[in-house]
Amino acid sequence: MSDPLQSGLQCHKLVKSYDGVPVLKHVDLSLLPGSVLGLIGENGAGKSTTNSIIAGVVQPTGGSMELDGAPYAPTSPSDALHQGVALIHQEIRLLPGLTVAENMFLGRQPVARGRIDRKRMVQEARAALEALGVEVDPRRMVAGLSMAVQQGIEIAKAIIRKPRYIIFDEPTASLGQSEAERIFEQIRSLQAAGAGIVYVSHRLDEIRAIADRVVCLRDGERVAAWDGPVSRQDMINAMVGREFTFQHYAPKPCEGREALTVHGLSRGTAFRDISFGVAQGEILGFAGLIGAGRTEVVRAIAGADRADAGEIHVDEKPVRITSPRGAMDAGIVMVPEDRKGQGLNLGRTAATNIVMPWESKLGPFGMITPGVVQQTADVQKRRFDIRGQIVEAVGRMSGGNQQKVLISKWLVEKPKVFIVDEPTRGVDVGAKMAIYEIIRALAAEGVAVIVVSSELEEVLGLSHRVLVMSGGRQRGILSRAEATPERVMSLAVSA
Amino acid sequence: MSGLVGETETAVPARRHGIKDGLRAGYRAMPGPLIGLLVVVLVLSYLSPYFLTQRNIVNILSQVSDIGIMAAGAALVIITGGIDLSVGAVLATSLMVNAWLYRYGGVPFPLAVIAGLLVGTFIGTINGALSTYGRIQPFVATLATMSACSGFALFITDGSPITGFPDWYTSLTSVRVLGIPLEAIILVTIYLIAAFFLRYRPSGRALYAIGGSEEVARLSGLDVKRIRVGVYAVAGFLAALAGVIVGSRLDSAQPSAGASDLLSVIAVVVIGGASLAGGAGSMLGTFIGLLTIGVLRNGMGLLNVSPNLQPVVIGVAIIFAVLTDRRSAT
Repeated sequence: MSDPLQSGLQCHKLVKSYDGVPVLKHVDLSLLPGSVLGLIGENGAGKSTTNSIIAGVVQPTGGSMELDGAPYAPTSPSDALHQGVALIHQEIRLLPGLTVAENMFLGRQPVARGRIDRKRMVQEARAALEALGVEVDPRRMVAGLSMAVQQGIEIAKAIIRKPRYIIFDEPTASLGQSEAERIFEQIRSLQAAGAGIVYVSHRLDEIRAIADRVVCLRDGERVAAWDGPVSRQDMINAMVGREFTFQHYAPKPCEGREALTVHGLSRGTAFRDISFGVAQGEILGFAGLIGAGRTEVVRAIAGADRADAGEIHVDEKPVRITSPRGAMDAGIVMVPEDRKGQGLNLGRTAATNIVMPWESKLGPFGMITPGVVQQTADVQKRRFDIRGQIVEAVGRMSGGNQQKVLISKWLVEKPKVFIVDEPTRGVDVGAKMAIYEIIRALAAEGVAVIVVSSELEEVLGLSHRVLVMSGGRQRGILSRAEATPERVMSLAVSA
Repeated sequence: MSGLVGETETAVPARRHGIKDGLRAGYRAMPGPLIGLLVVVLVLSYLSPYFLTQRNIVNILSQVSDIGIMAAGAALVIITGGIDLSVGAVLATSLMVNAWLYRYGGVPFPLAVIAGLLVGTFIGTINGALSTYGRIQPFVATLATMSACSGFALFITDGSPITGFPDWYTSLTSVRVLGIPLEAIILVTIYLIAAFFLRYRPSGRALYAIGGSEEVARLSGLDVKRIRVGVYAVAGFLAALAGVIVGSRLDSAQPSAGASDLLSVIAVVVIGGASLAGGAGSMLGTFIGLLTIGVLRNGMGLLNVSPNLQPVVIGVAIIFAVLTDRRSAT
C-alpha cells in the first residue's frame, strides 16, 4: 500500500460496445481510497456503463482494471462485491414483503445450528443502520417506508459487506434536500473510514459539495477532469460541450382569471386544509421536502386519489373529481412523478402511449385506426421535438425523450390546468431546458400550470408564485420576488 | 388476415441489406406461433396420407370449435393480465341450466338457450367483480367460481345427463354452409369480431394498456374496473356459447362437459404467444395456437397414438412454443 499507484481502483482505456456500437470509448478512471470521485455527464454519456463495468454487471469489450495493484476483472456483481467493490443502484430494489434486516441479509443470512440466526441478523442490521444514521427498526417490513429511508437501507445493505470501493449511482434522484444531506453525511463517514467512492449525480451542487475530484463523460469519452473545486458553469460546459448558461428567464407576467381554485382540500393524514388558486397563464410551484405531501395534493386534484374534504373549482365552476377521467373531463391533466410505474408503458410504443388517454375521442365512429395513432403521435413528436422512433418501445428511448413522450401524452388536447410532478427527474441538461421551454410556452398560451419539484432551483426559476408545504400542511405562498432559496427552505422545514 | 394481428408492437427497423437480412426480417415479421404450426403440419402430412385431405382439415376446425370459442375469451382475459379458470365449469353449468329449463321447466328451447348464455355472462360478471371491486386475485376468484359451477352443474340433475333436444338443435353442428360446418363459421366469426375489437375499439386497445400496467392505464383516464369486469363477462358468455355447441354435438347435456377443457384453453392461448403476465397476445396468434392443438390432436388420432400419451405431446408443444417465442419477447 506504500506506492500510491499500487493502491486504489484503476481503469485503463475501458471500451464497451453493444452490437458493434461503442458506448464507451477508452475511458480512464482512477479512484483512491478515502476520496470521492464525482462522475458527471448527460444521460447516455456512459456513466452507467462505466459503473456497470466496475461493479461486474457487464464485462468490458476492451481495456483493463486494477484493484489495489492486482488485475481486476469481475465476472458478476457478487464477484465484485467479494473483491470489495459495491454498486448502489439509482433504483431501489428492496423486497417490500420482507423486513429491513431480511432485505439487508438476503441470500447470506447468518446461520446458527442450521437455522437463520435472526437475533444476530437484526443486531448487525441495526448496527449498520445506526452507523449511517438511518432511523428504522430492522424488524419492520420495508413496505410503506419512505424513499429516503429505503435508500438508506440500500446503502446499509451494501456496507455491511465492508466494501473498500462504493459506487453511488444518483442516490439522491428521488430524495429531497434534507434527505440528500443525510446521504452526504453517510458518504462522508464512509470516506473518513477509508473507502473510495464514485459519486454520480445530475445535481451539480451535490458534486461540488462532496467530490474531491470530478470526471466528465460525454458520448462515451472522458472529456474533462478536475482535481479540486470546479465551478458549476465549467461542469455544465463540459457536459453539453458548448457554452451554456443555466439561467432562468423570469416568466411573463400573467393577468388571467383564476383557472383552478382549491379550497380546504384534505385527505386523511396525507395533507390537510390546502387552499390556493392558479390563474390562467400562471405557473405555480410546489416546493417542499420529500414526504411533505406535495405529490399527494396534486394527485387528489387530478383524481388519482380521492380527497376527503374540500372544494375544487375550474374556471370558477365547482367540480367533483373522483377519478382521473373525471379530472380530464374537467380540463385537469397531470404528468405523474413516476415515469415507469405511473406514466408510461415502457414496453409499448411511444405512439400507443401518447394516444392512450384520448382514444375514446380520436377517430371516426369511436374507431382507433393505426393511421390515427400514427398521425397523433407524429404531431406530438414534432411539437415536442421527441427524438427517436415513435413506433419503437418507449423504454428504449433516453430518459429525456421518455419524459417528453410522457409530457406530450398529456398535451394532445390543450388542458385548462396542467400539473407536472417532477418534470425533469432523471433527465439530462439538454432535455431539461427543452422541458422548461414547453412549460413556459404552455403558460404563455393561457394554461394554468402547477409544477411540483424537489429541485429548488427548478421551482424557483419556473414559477410566478411558490406554494411551500411541510408535514402535509401549506406553509405559505410566496411571490417570485419573495421566494428566495433561504425563505423557501425555512418554510419547508417548519413544523 | 392482417386485421387479425391485434398489436404486434415489435417494430422491425427498416434496414435493407441484401437477401439474408430480408429473410431474417420476413422470419421476424411472421407471427412466432405460425412457425410451430407449419412444422407440425409438415411432419403430420408426411406421416399420414389422410392428414392433408380437405375433409380432414374441415374436421379439425369442427373438433376444436368449442375450445376455440372459450380460448377467444380466455385470450382477452389473459391480455389484461388476468386468468379465468372457470371457463370449463361455466360451460357445464350454463349448458345444464339451458337443458333443465327446456326439459323440466317448460321453457321454449330458444329461450332456454338465451337463459344459458345469460347464466354464463352472469358468472363471468361475478368473476370480474370479485377480482376488481372485491380485490381477490383472479386466480383465486375464478378458482372459487370454477368449484362452485362444476358442483352446481352436477347438482341440477344429481349427475345424470339430460337428453331429448329438438332436431334442429343437433343439426346445428352437422349443417354445412358451402361445405363448411356452421360451428366453424361461428368460431371464425367470433375471432374476427374479437380481433376487430382489439385493434380498432378504444376499449379493446385498453386491454393491452391494462395488461401492461394497470396504474398507467388508470391514470390515463381509462375505466380499468369496468373494462376488466366486461372482459370476464365476455369470457363467461363465450364459455356458455361453447356449451351450446357441445350440447348440440353430443345431443345431450352432460354435467361433466368442459371439465377437461381448461388446460387446453390455456394451452391454446399460451401457444398463441400471449403472456400470462399480460399486455401481449393477439387473436391471430390465439387462432394459430388453436389450430396447433387441433392439428396435433387430430394427427395423433390418425396415427393411433395412445390417448394417454397425447397430453404428453401437448405438454411438449407448450414448452416448445414458449421457448421459440422468446425472440419476440426480448
